Amino acid sequence: MSFSPLALITAAIAAWLAIGVAGILKPRSLRVVRVLFPIGAAVAVFLAIFAFAALRSVPEARVLPLGLPDLPFHLRVDALSAFFLLLLGGASAAISLFSSGYFRAGEGTAPGLICLQYHTFLAAMALVLIADDAYMFMVAWETMALASYFLVTTDHRLPEIRRAGFLYLLIAHVGAIGILLCFGVLQGGRGDYTFEAMRAVSLTSFWPSVAFFLALFGFGAKAGLLPLHVWLPEAHPAAPSPVSALMSGVMLKTAIYGLLRVTFDLLHAQQWWWGAIALALGLLTALYGVIFAAAQTDMKRLLAYSSIENIGIIVAGIALTILFHAYGKPLLAAIALTAVLYHCLNHAFFKSLLFLATGSVLHATKERSLGKLGGLIHRMPWVALLALVGTLAMAGLPPLNGFVSEWLLLQAFLFTPTLPQSFVNMLVPVAAAALVLAVALAAYVMVKFYGVIFLGRPREPHLAYAHDAGRRERAALLWLGIGCVLLGVFPSTVIAGIDHVNALLLDTTVSRAGESNWLLLAPIATERSSYSPLIVLVVIVSVVLLTIQLVHRFWHGRSRRAPAWDCGFPLQTPRMQDTAEGFGQPIRQVFEPFFRMERHLPSPFDDKPRYFVSATDHLWYWLYLPIARGTEAVARLAGLIQRGRIGVYLTYSFVTLLALLLFVR
Amino acid sequence: MTALPIGQQLINLFAAILLLLAFAMLAQRRIVSLIDLFAAQGLVLALSTAVVAYSTRQPHLYESAALTLALKVFVLPWLLYRLVRKLDVRWEFEGLINIPTTMLIGIVLVVLSFNLALPISELASTVTRSTLGIAMASVMLAFLMMITRRKAIPQVIGFLAMENGLLFAATSATYGMPMVVELGIALDVLVGMLILGVFFFQIREQFDSLDLRHLENLKEEE
Amino acid sequence: MSAAALLSQLLQVAIALLLAPLLVGWVNQCRAWLQNKRPPSLFLPYRTIHKLFVKDAVIADNASPIFRLMPYIVFGAMCCAAAIVPSLATALPFARAADAIALVGLFALARVFMALAAMDIGTSFGSLGARREMFVGFLAEPALLMVLFTASLISGSTALPTIVDTLAHRELAIYPSLAFAGVAFTMVSLAENARVPVDNPATHLELTMIHEAMLLEYSARHLALLEWASALKLFNYSCIGLALFFPFGIAEGADFVAMLGAAPALVLKLAIGGASLAVIETLSAKMRIFRAPEFLGTAFLLAVLGMLVNLLLGS
Repeated sequence: MSFSPLALITAAIAAWLAIGVAGILKPRSLRVVRVLFPIGAAVAVFLAIFAFAALRSVPEARVLPLGLPDLPFHLRVDALSAFFLLLLGGASAAISLFSSGYFRAGEGTAPGLICLQYHTFLAAMALVLIADDAYMFMVAWETMALASYFLVTTDHRLPEIRRAGFLYLLIAHVGAIGILLCFGVLQGGRGDYTFEAMRAVSLTSFWPSVAFFLALFGFGAKAGLLPLHVWLPEAHPAAPSPVSALMSGVMLKTAIYGLLRVTFDLLHAQQWWWGAIALALGLLTALYGVIFAAAQTDMKRLLAYSSIENIGIIVAGIALTILFHAYGKPLLAAIALTAVLYHCLNHAFFKSLLFLATGSVLHATKERSLGKLGGLIHRMPWVALLALVGTLAMAGLPPLNGFVSEWLLLQAFLFTPTLPQSFVNMLVPVAAAALVLAVALAAYVMVKFYGVIFLGRPREPHLAYAHDAGRRERAALLWLGIGCVLLGVFPSTVIAGIDHVNALLLDTTVSRAGESNWLLLAPIATERSSYSPLIVLVVIVSVVLLTIQLVHRFWHGRSRRAPAWDCGFPLQTPRMQDTAEGFGQPIRQVFEPFFRMERHLPSPFDDKPRYFVSATDHLWYWLYLPIARGTEAVARLAGLIQRGRIGVYLTYSFVTLLALLLFVR
Repeated sequence: MTALPIGQQLINLFAAILLLLAFAMLAQRRIVSLIDLFAAQGLVLALSTAVVAYSTRQPHLYESAALTLALKVFVLPWLLYRLVRKLDVRWEFEGLINIPTTMLIGIVLVVLSFNLALPISELASTVTRSTLGIAMASVMLAFLMMITRRKAIPQVIGFLAMENGLLFAATSATYGMPMVVELGIALDVLVGMLILGVFFFQIREQFDSLDLRHLENLKEEE
Repeated sequence: MSAAALLSQLLQVAIALLLAPLLVGWVNQCRAWLQNKRPPSLFLPYRTIHKLFVKDAVIADNASPIFRLMPYIVFGAMCCAAAIVPSLATALPFARAADAIALVGLFALARVFMALAAMDIGTSFGSLGARREMFVGFLAEPALLMVLFTASLISGSTALPTIVDTLAHRELAIYPSLAFAGVAFTMVSLAENARVPVDNPATHLELTMIHEAMLLEYSARHLALLEWASALKLFNYSCIGLALFFPFGIAEGADFVAMLGAAPALVLKLAIGGASLAVIETLSAKMRIFRAPEFLGTAFLLAVLGMLVNLLLGS
C-alpha cells in the first residue's frame, strides 16, 4: 500500500482540525455548522476504516517535526491503538451526525465555536491513542481535557454548569498529575521519554508497583473509578447530550486505553496482588455506580452513574487479566482481555445511543427530570424504538451486545478456582457474585429509565406537544442501534478482530484456541460452554412470527379499546404511576448504608405537607469536603504572607537577595 | 473419578452439615432455636465420631461418641432450656452488626480457615484430614457469634459451639484425644455451665436484664 | 443438522408445550389435597388457556405496541429455552446454543419485557408489580450464579448437556456441595417462578401481588399466552434443576425412540418435583417483600458454602 494506515489516520486527524478551524470563520452561522458536522462524521467513518486496516497490519511508527527540540512528537499505531481508534471512529460518526441536527443557536456558545471545540476534542482523543512518547501523550491529554471542559460549559450562563465544569477540570488535572508521575517512574532514570525506551527499561523492586498504582490513580480519575468519580455525575448532565455521549462513550475509553498501555505494554510483568486490589476497586465502583443510578431522578445523571458502573466492570475485567497473566495462564488472560475490549466497544455504542436519545427527549420536551416525563412512546416512536434497543443492550440481555461481553467475563471468572494462590482462588468466585449483582441491578435501572420516560402516561400536560427527532438524529440513532444488534449477533467476527490486540499484548489468541465459528461462540471448547446469539435470535423471532400467525388464524377474537382496568379503580391520574424515586425505593432501602439520606417528612398537622428526600454521596462528606477544608486552611496560612504594605514586599525581596548573596557562591 | 468409600463420604457430609449449622446459629434470633441448633450440632458430631470409629476400627472413639451424645445432645441442652425458662429470655433483637454483614464476615472467615488449614492437613496422617478446615471454620464462626451477640445466653452457646468445633478438629486430625483429656474437658464444660448459670441469675438480679451492655457500667468513669 | 435431528428438537419443544400446563395442574391438585379441599381437574389449565384464547381482548386505550407484542416475545423466549434445556435428550441441535448462564439471560429477557409492558399502561399496579419483580429478580441472580459455579466446578463445564453426561455417569455418591447447591437452586426457583413463599400465584390483593400485578391489564389471547409461558417457565426451571442435580434417565443421543423412552422418567421426576413444590407451598407462608432479600441471601449463602466445601473437600 502506498498510503500507510498511520499516514491516513494522521490525515483524518488533520481533517478534523481543519473542520474545527473552518467553523470559527463564521461562528454565528448555523448553516455552516449543519454542513461541517456531517463532514466530520464522514471523516470519522474513514478513520474507522483506516483503523481497521491498521488493526490487521504490523505496528508502524513515525516522528513528526513538531514538539520539543530533543523530544519531537512520536506517533505509533499498533493493534491496541487501532482498536480504540475504531471505537472512536464508529461512535463519533453517529454522534457528529446527531450533533449536526442538535445544536441550535442561542444556547450560550456560538455554534461555530462549538464546532471548533468539538473537533479539537475528537482530534485530541485520536492523538492520545496514537501518541508514542510521554510528552505528546500529555499534550494531547491536556488538550482533550480543555476542549471537553469548554464543551461541558457550553451553556455557561447557568452557575451550576460552571461549577460542574470546574469540578471536572480539577479532577482531570489531579489525574493528569498521577499520569505524569507514572511516566516519570516508567522512564527509569534514563531520561528518554519515548514509549520505545520505556519498553526497554526493566524496573526493579517496588517501582513497577508504584508505576501501576500511579497509572490506576491517574487513568482512574479520568475513567471515573472510585473515589475519583464525583465529577462524572456533575459533568455529564451539565454538558449538551452529544458531548455527554462523546465523553461517556469514547473519552472514558481513552483512559482505559492508557491503563492497558501502561500495564501490559510498558510494564513487563504484573504482580497478582495488583489484580486483587484492582478487582476490589472495580467491583466496588460497579456496585456503587449502579446503586446510585437506581436512586436518581434526572435522566442524564442516571446514565452518568451507569457509566461509572460499566467502567467498574471494565476495570474488574482488567484486574482479572492481570491475575491470570501473573499466574502464567495466557489463554484465560486473553479471554478476560477480550471481554474487557468487547465491553469497551459495546459500552461506546449503547451508552452513546442512550445519551443521544435523551438529547432528543430534552429537545422535544425541555424536561430533564424523570418526574415530568412519561408516555413518550406515542409521540416519539422512532426514538422510543431505538432507545429500547439501547436499553436492552445495556441491561445485558441476549441476543444483544451487552450480554456477550458479560458472558465472556463470567466465563473468565469461572476459571478462577483454578488459580494456584489459595486465598485468591476462593475469594474471587465469591467476588463474581458482586459482578452479577451489579449486572442484574443494571437491568433494574434500565427498566426504570425506559419505563418512566417512554412508557406509562405523560406526567405533564405539555408533553402532548412533543415531536419526534429529525432525520439526521434518526439516522444517527439507527446507526448505533444497528451496531448494537450486529455486535451482539456476530461475536466471533468481533473477537477475531480483538485477537490482534490479544496477540500484541499477551501473545495468545482466543479464536485459534477455542472452537468458535461464525455461528457459535465457544472460547474454550463446546463441551465447556457455548453461546450462539444468532440461533437464539432466529428461534425467538420465528416462534413469535409463527405464534402470531397461528393465533390470528385460529383464535383471533376481536380486540376493543377501553380505559385501563386497574382492578376497577375509577379515578386514575398520571400522578398515580410510579415516580422515579418510587421505582428506586427498594434499592434505597436494601442498600441504605451506601447513601447519605436526608428526609423531610410531613407531619399530620401540616396544612401544606411537603415530602423531601435526597440521597447523596457519602464520599463528598468523608473525602472531598475535608480535603477542601484542609486546602482552604493551608491557603489561609499562606495568605498571611500577603500584608498589603509595600514595605513588607520590599522586605521580602531584600531578604531573598541577602540569602542568595550569603548562601549561594 | 471414582467415588470415595462410603465412610469418607458420610464424614464429608457431616462436616458440611456442621458448617451449615454454625452459619445457621449466626443468623438465628430465637434463643430456643439456638439451643436446638446446638443440640443438632452435638448429634452430628456424635454420628461423625461413630462413623470414624467404624471406618478406622478404633473402638475408643465409640465411647467418645457416646459421651458427646449424652452430654451435648441431652444434658447441656436440658440445662440451657431450664435456664432460659427461669430467666425468661426468648428473643434477641439485634446484635452488634446486622445479619447480612455478619454473614459476609462469616464467609471471609471460612475462606481464611480453609486456607490456613490446608498446610496443616498435609501433616496429619488420618483419612479425614481434609475436614480440618471445616472444623477450624466452625470454631471461628462460633467465636464470631460470641463477639456479635448482646445477650448472655447466646454468648455461652457460642462458647459451647467452639468446643464442638475443637472436638471435631481433634477427631479428624488425630482420631480423638486420649480418654482422660476428653473426660476432663467434658467435666470442665459441665461445671462451667453450672457456674455460668449462677452468674446469670446474679446479673439478672443486679440489672433486671441479661443485656450485657449493662456490664459496661462497671468500668471506671473519668 | 439433519432433518431427523430437527424433528427430535421439535418433538422436545412440543412435549414441553404439552406437559407444562399439566405440571401446573398437578401442583394445584397436590396443594388442594394437602389443604383438605376437593382438587380441581388435572386438565383445568388446558381448559383455562383454551377459554382465554376464544375471548375478545380488551386493551387499554393508551397501550403501546410493546404491550401487545410482549406476550408473544415472552412466549418465544420460553419456547427457545425449552428447545435448549435438555429435558429429554442431550445431543439435540440447539442444545449448544446457550449454556446455563445464557439461559439465565434468556429468562432475564422475558422478565424485563414483562416489567416494561407492566409499566406501559401507567397504572399504579403495573409499576408496583414491575418494581417488585425486578427487585426479586436482581436478588436471585447472585445465588443462581453461585449454584452454576458449584455445578461447573464438579462437572467442569456450564453447558447443560455436558453436566448431564458427567453427573449421570458418576457412581452414586453423596456430594454435600451438590446438596447445598440443590437447596439453594430450589429457593431461587421458588422466587423466580412466583411461588410461595416469595409470591402467591393465586392472589389479587395489591399488597401481595408481584407476578399477577404485571398481568393485570391482559385479557384473552394475550393472557392465554402469558399463562402458558409461566407454565413453561416452571417446566424449564424444573428441567434445569433435574439436569443439574438428578440427570438420570435423560436420553444420550437424539433419536426419536430414545427420547420417547426418556419421557416416562421425565414425567415421574416432574411428578415428584411438583408434589414437593406443593408441600413447600403448603408449609410456608408468603413473606413480606422486604424479607425477600433475607430469603435469597440465605440461598446465596448456601450456594457459596457448597462451592467452598467443594473446593476444600473435593466433593
